[in-house]
Amino acid sequence: MVTAFRQRLAYRFSWVGLLLWVLRIGVVVLIIAGSVNTLTSQKYTLENWVSLFFSGLAQGSIYALIALGYTMVYGILLMINFAHGEVYMAGAFTAYFVAAATARSGFLDSNPWASIGLWLLVSISVSTLVAVLLERVAYRPLRNAPRLVPLITAIGASLFLQYTFRGLYGSTFRSYPEVAILRGTVTILGVNVPIVQIFVILAAIILMLALHTFVERTKTGKSMRAVSEDKEIAGLMGIDVNRVIVTTFAIGGMLAGAAGIFRGLYQPQGISAFMGFLPGLKAFTAAVLGGIGSIPGAMLGGLILGLFESFGPNLILEGLGIEGANQLRDAIAIVLLVLVLIFRPQGIMGEKLSEEKA
Amino acid sequence: MNRKFYILGGLVVGALVMAACQPAETFECDDPIGCVDIAEGEPIHIAYMLTTSGATAFLGDDSIGGIEIAIDERGQIFGRDILLTGEDSLCSAEGGQTAATRVAADPTVLAAIGTNCSSAGEAASAVLSDAGMLMMSPTNTSPSLTDPAQTYFPGYFRTAHNDKFQGAVAARFAITQLGADTAATIHDGSPYADGLQAVFAEEFEKLGGTVTFQGAVNVGDTDMNPILTTISADSPDVLYFPIFEPEGDFIAAQSRDVPGLENTILFGADGLLVASFAPNTGPAAEGMYLSGPYVSEDIPEYAAFLKTYEANTGGPPPAGFAAHAYDATNIILDAIEAVAVESDDGTLHVGRQALRDWITNLTGFDGLTGTLACGDRQLAGIEAKGECATGEALAIYQLGADQVASADNWPAPVVWLP
Repeated sequence: MVTAFRQRLAYRFSWVGLLLWVLRIGVVVLIIAGSVNTLTSQKYTLENWVSLFFSGLAQGSIYALIALGYTMVYGILLMINFAHGEVYMAGAFTAYFVAAATARSGFLDSNPWASIGLWLLVSISVSTLVAVLLERVAYRPLRNAPRLVPLITAIGASLFLQYTFRGLYGSTFRSYPEVAILRGTVTILGVNVPIVQIFVILAAIILMLALHTFVERTKTGKSMRAVSEDKEIAGLMGIDVNRVIVTTFAIGGMLAGAAGIFRGLYQPQGISAFMGFLPGLKAFTAAVLGGIGSIPGAMLGGLILGLFESFGPNLILEGLGIEGANQLRDAIAIVLLVLVLIFRPQGIMGEKLSEEKA
Repeated sequence: MNRKFYILGGLVVGALVMAACQPAETFECDDPIGCVDIAEGEPIHIAYMLTTSGATAFLGDDSIGGIEIAIDERGQIFGRDILLTGEDSLCSAEGGQTAATRVAADPTVLAAIGTNCSSAGEAASAVLSDAGMLMMSPTNTSPSLTDPAQTYFPGYFRTAHNDKFQGAVAARFAITQLGADTAATIHDGSPYADGLQAVFAEEFEKLGGTVTFQGAVNVGDTDMNPILTTISADSPDVLYFPIFEPEGDFIAAQSRDVPGLENTILFGADGLLVASFAPNTGPAAEGMYLSGPYVSEDIPEYAAFLKTYEANTGGPPPAGFAAHAYDATNIILDAIEAVAVESDDGTLHVGRQALRDWITNLTGFDGLTGTLACGDRQLAGIEAKGECATGEALAIYQLGADQVASADNWPAPVVWLP
């Protein structure tokens, strides 16, 4: 009893603990000081902030959809599928050719919604196929290997996919055609917000709700949750673990494929074999941010990351007088991650993992 | 005692006999950094270090087309074929270093043509300079490469314009032709873009304009709304972003949706002067201005060159620097012809320092891109070395609806000659 109390006391007053508190308070003060500085300087109008909010949210939705693939695979296999960014690229890059064809033939102008549906179908099919093949070829044979082995394999698979697709489709940048009905703006809070951003945000939210329902309400969803609790016991209870794992990869692939089309609609340029790497990294950050393994966590993590990247340079860094604010955008993502991990090591929505699982 | 004497004597006699067997007259290489000896029947070997893969591969394709025409026209030097080998220098310092290391490892290489990107050029020129070789770039434009106080290394030359010329031309155009009072610039952290926007901003202010913002994005960024929002606070008349695809595409396309930038004129540079930029960017690219290299098609030699280029590759040069590559190759081949000495046994000797010196002393070279001279000179009050370009082969282009509709409508029309 006394020793336990002493230990708690020792923890409370340890230098590391103190340092962490100083760091926490310091960072919060910096963020608030930067924001207040910028806001009081009145350099930007409300219109600017609302625009940044929606563009950040649209970007965040794309991160969130990719992050779901990371988090679901981690939840079930406890592995980081670093090739997931390439699953997203595979769908977006392949569907580009369909998109270009619909634009050339005039089908896009006459049936825009059917065209977008067609792109989605192609992108989702390709991404799902790549994700499932990846699991079958690269990860399943290593299911019982030490945990570093599939991680390295994932990095290898990522490079393999990048260069395969570069070989297939060439190294020039492509752009999705502009969809006329998504051009233009709607007025929200007296500010003109591009329709395409609203479309991407709404579509992503619908997909996330659908996923949530699937995991919580269906039998397959239940078996996914069971496998993520304990693979062996789930197997003993008659759940086909391999099937559940393939399903998980397939769902991750579908969401990544959809994210690819949303990226094509929202940011049509720069479609190439290497387009998946950076979003993949950001989405992984988002997944850890939200609490890796947690589905609502990945959604929230993606949106928060998108918003922070959007507001960060102008709101916080500029207020602190930091030069080259926009070059530090990637640093914002990483700093945000480190911060959250200092405050809550398990991520925003993550559960505290037992020793064995962590 | 006796035995030792006999052995010593034997060695002396043997040495004398062996010395007598050597050819009487040998070529003495008195070049401070060495000679290349090319045995009879061996080809004249030059190398290229160009971007042949990745996003800026169009630059490499463009240059190679020009180099090959020059080599084909020359045919042979001293009755030997010209061998061209190549390395991919990508568009990065790492790529430049790798390519230059490989070229430097081959002692038969007389000179290298490259690189395309200034970032690769900085790394490559350090390596090749140490190896005693010379390089000549058709497309490096960063001012730092020829500035001895920065990253100039002996043996570096270029036929591309220094961005001090290009930035000044762009600023002059913005002030005098567009009537701009304010401008903002964006670069991507590369030596090329950073150097060019700095020259533009300096010249723009010198001519009486105000620069409201100078910032940068990262290569790989897709969401440009934050930086465009920062810029929109001042609603500048001109936004100069001398960067590459796809970041340039994102900036142009997304600038349409940022309040406050409705009347801002978009202005890019030769990094975006490529056929794919306008169709990739879409309607936002229409009306946009681009500064870049220009050789008039009214010059009959250039018209003939273009005809040969199209016949060889099936299309016009994808970037604007094919003529620069052609001129660079011809200067190098002229230098080899002038400097090489053939000894009696048919071996060709080329002094490496002599090659560099010959090019440094070159004046009045009649090239497609103007009358070139490669000696030291002063640029805006700063010493520059290895600069061959006149700085006159520049123009402002404007993208129209035709360029947006298809990459086949290339090159874009020239709207202003300085």
